[in-house]
Amino acid sequence: MNTEFDEMRHLNGTVRAHYQRYEQWLSQQPHALMGQRREEAETIFHRVGITFAVYGEQDAHGAGTERLIPFDVIPRIIPAHEWQHMERGLAQRVNALNRFLHDVYHQQDIVKAGIVPAAQIFQNEQFRPEMLGVTVPGHIYSHVSGVDMVRARDASGQGVYYVLEDNLRVPSGVSYMLENRKMSMRLFPQLFSEHKVAPVAHYPDVLLETLRSMAPNASEDPTVVVLTPGMYNSAYFEHAFLAQQMGVELVQGQDLFVKDSFVYMRTTRGPKRVDVMYRRVDDDYLDAMVFRPDSSLGCAGLMAVYRAGNVAICNAMGTGVADDKSIYPYVPKMIEFYLGEQPILHNVPTFMGRNPNELSYILANIHELVVKQVHGAGGYGMLIGPTASKAQIAEFKAAVTANPSGYIAQPTLSLSTSPTFVEQGVAPRHIDLRPFVLCGAQTHIVAGGLTRVALQAGSLVVNSSQGGGTKDTWVLED
Amino acid sequence: MLSRTADHLFWMSRYTERAENTARMLDVNVEMALLPQTSQTATAAWQGLLSISELDALYKDTHSEINAKQVIAFMVADERNPSSVASCLKAARDNARAVRGALTTEVWETQNQTWLELSQLLKSKAYEADPTKFFEWVKFRSHLSRGVAIGTMLQDEAYNFVRMGTFLERADNTARLIDVKFHSDVDPSSLTSHYARKTTKSGEVTSQAADFYYWSAILRSVSGFEIYRKVYRDVIKPERVAELLLLRADMPRSLHASLNGICANLQAVDTGATSETMRRAGRLRAELAYADIGELLAMGLHAYLTNFLDRINDLGSRISRDFLLPAA
Repeated sequence: MNTEFDEMRHLNGTVRAHYQRYEQWLSQQPHALMGQRREEAETIFHRVGITFAVYGEQDAHGAGTERLIPFDVIPRIIPAHEWQHMERGLAQRVNALNRFLHDVYHQQDIVKAGIVPAAQIFQNEQFRPEMLGVTVPGHIYSHVSGVDMVRARDASGQGVYYVLEDNLRVPSGVSYMLENRKMSMRLFPQLFSEHKVAPVAHYPDVLLETLRSMAPNASEDPTVVVLTPGMYNSAYFEHAFLAQQMGVELVQGQDLFVKDSFVYMRTTRGPKRVDVMYRRVDDDYLDAMVFRPDSSLGCAGLMAVYRAGNVAICNAMGTGVADDKSIYPYVPKMIEFYLGEQPILHNVPTFMGRNPNELSYILANIHELVVKQVHGAGGYGMLIGPTASKAQIAEFKAAVTANPSGYIAQPTLSLSTSPTFVEQGVAPRHIDLRPFVLCGAQTHIVAGGLTRVALQAGSLVVNSSQGGGTKDTWVLED
Repeated sequence: MLSRTADHLFWMSRYTERAENTARMLDVNVEMALLPQTSQTATAAWQGLLSISELDALYKDTHSEINAKQVIAFMVADERNPSSVASCLKAARDNARAVRGALTTEVWETQNQTWLELSQLLKSKAYEADPTKFFEWVKFRSHLSRGVAIGTMLQDEAYNFVRMGTFLERADNTARLIDVKFHSDVDPSSLTSHYARKTTKSGEVTSQAADFYYWSAILRSVSGFEIYRKVYRDVIKPERVAELLLLRADMPRSLHASLNGICANLQAVDTGATSETMRRAGRLRAELAYADIGELLAMGLHAYLTNFLDRINDLGSRISRDFLLPAA
């Protein structure tokens, strides 16, 4: 496994140029001091309450219901030229995905052109017929996109970035990008005077500007709100944090009601109209009159207001049809189709169970592949062939054979590693990266993102629900 | 602001204030228990504390006898008791967490830190080893929560609801604290007696001396002992203690001062549709402003306080209906 691409070191062990200054500093830090810093970080995260709720767990004082996501004190560093390339690629990709969503809910040109099969769209669980023909402001559906990137060594030994997943529904994690930075500036201020690290703290401002630019009826001073499922949602901290940082109300379903084709919130001074809703509630729960009738997390009648163009919903409903694993393989072709450009970022080569010859390839090579359920998320419903047991492989083979179109498979990428502070000292651990793309009147990407790290040696699973941690992500300026 | 947000802010500060006052009330009893007294007197004191908090039924469901250790545990750590310090501080923190975006970072972190420290203190049973020190901690955290809110929050509606919650709860709690002594019918004439420092041969402090210790403990529990001396330059007389805690507008924990706080903050958030609530609050305040302690005592303080608590309760429900949980 020593052919993995390491972010800090070349294969021969020498330190890459953009890590030299940091490595020099790190090599002078005693183990105990780094341990102390990590404890300090933990104490502060507890006090600030940067926690996520763990469903279905509780001790006598309710203390066990909130957990910290482990924070690694060693940042992940990205040099300027790599970021610039990624930034262009991300903007291009999300732009094409927005065009795709508009197309799906209007003329469906891409189907007519024979590029994406009709069944892949119309039989997709994430396709929302309710959105057909609905005109959304600026034709933008995904205002906040979290694109998961991984890096692996190619044949020539270079580290290549791949897009692993486009998250266009209610991607979370940006609060960790911001809080992790705050934390490293607090723990290691001297490092920031020695490195030119691109700032990230203005993200909430850019988000607010993006949301405001979507306001219907050219409101001069639109009322923006963040809609949360409530304090027991695992990402509640982030919802509250973003609302506070933007200076807007954090609302729940019970605060909203629809009257005369507008959405209002209940305030101490009577009803107040809502113009833009940054919702962190899933499609299914947004409007009990249209989607799940048992939901109280959304607002009954919201869809009708949305159709009438009297409220902007960010992200739009129905974006899931574009970030589904069964649509992912078509994204490079979408970029060519809508933009007439070559994709800047790579997809991971993907075999689709729905194609008979690819299915037989999957079944024949399953022990070398990562097999994913088309609708799975969070690292669940996934088989990592090389490390799976015979029984697991047999189980997945049977599942794929029974429902081929429910699965895709990809070669097992050896994710790049980054130096990480663990019990034994500094050791390489696998990482990924989630930058956040904001699309409103303009497209904006704050230079940074959330780096997740698999804290267990050798593990490729970075999800926080499965023992992953996070790192501060430094994009260096030239 | 959102009605739900106002509701959480209001209850955040109510629960913080309630935790503080529970600690203050317990502290009086712990201090009194240090005096030589019969076991009946001691039990009666703890019984009085439970009944004034309307918790005797709940207590008797789970306890067979009344003693200091068990009542303290019940009032401090028992989460089945909604007025225990643990329940109040947890509820305050839950309310703060629900609207953390509407709070300054300092206010939220203070609430959260209190809750984190509380979990440790409960685990180590610090309140058994040194109850007074634990009560000091509760009071100090409450001072801190209040001070941080006053010192960092924008003085907008959110601030008014936070303050309103504090004053409403304080009015209720101070009234209850005074009423402990009057819960059983007391002959008003005994209130005008002078204290005398006498002990019987058996070591039991006589009722007059006990009165002195009792009223000074009450004063200390509302941080009013030095204030009493400063205002009256006199020995501790129960009727003056009552006057100080009911009628003095400059005594921060008095009923009058609390009503002033309620009225000022109500005024600030007035929407015009809340005039009946304003009228009732204003009337209660005016009655306190123009009351005479002699007349109140002649009428019977317990009856007066019972009526006062009903009216405070009524104000609380009206504020909820007007601002916090309005119908669509």
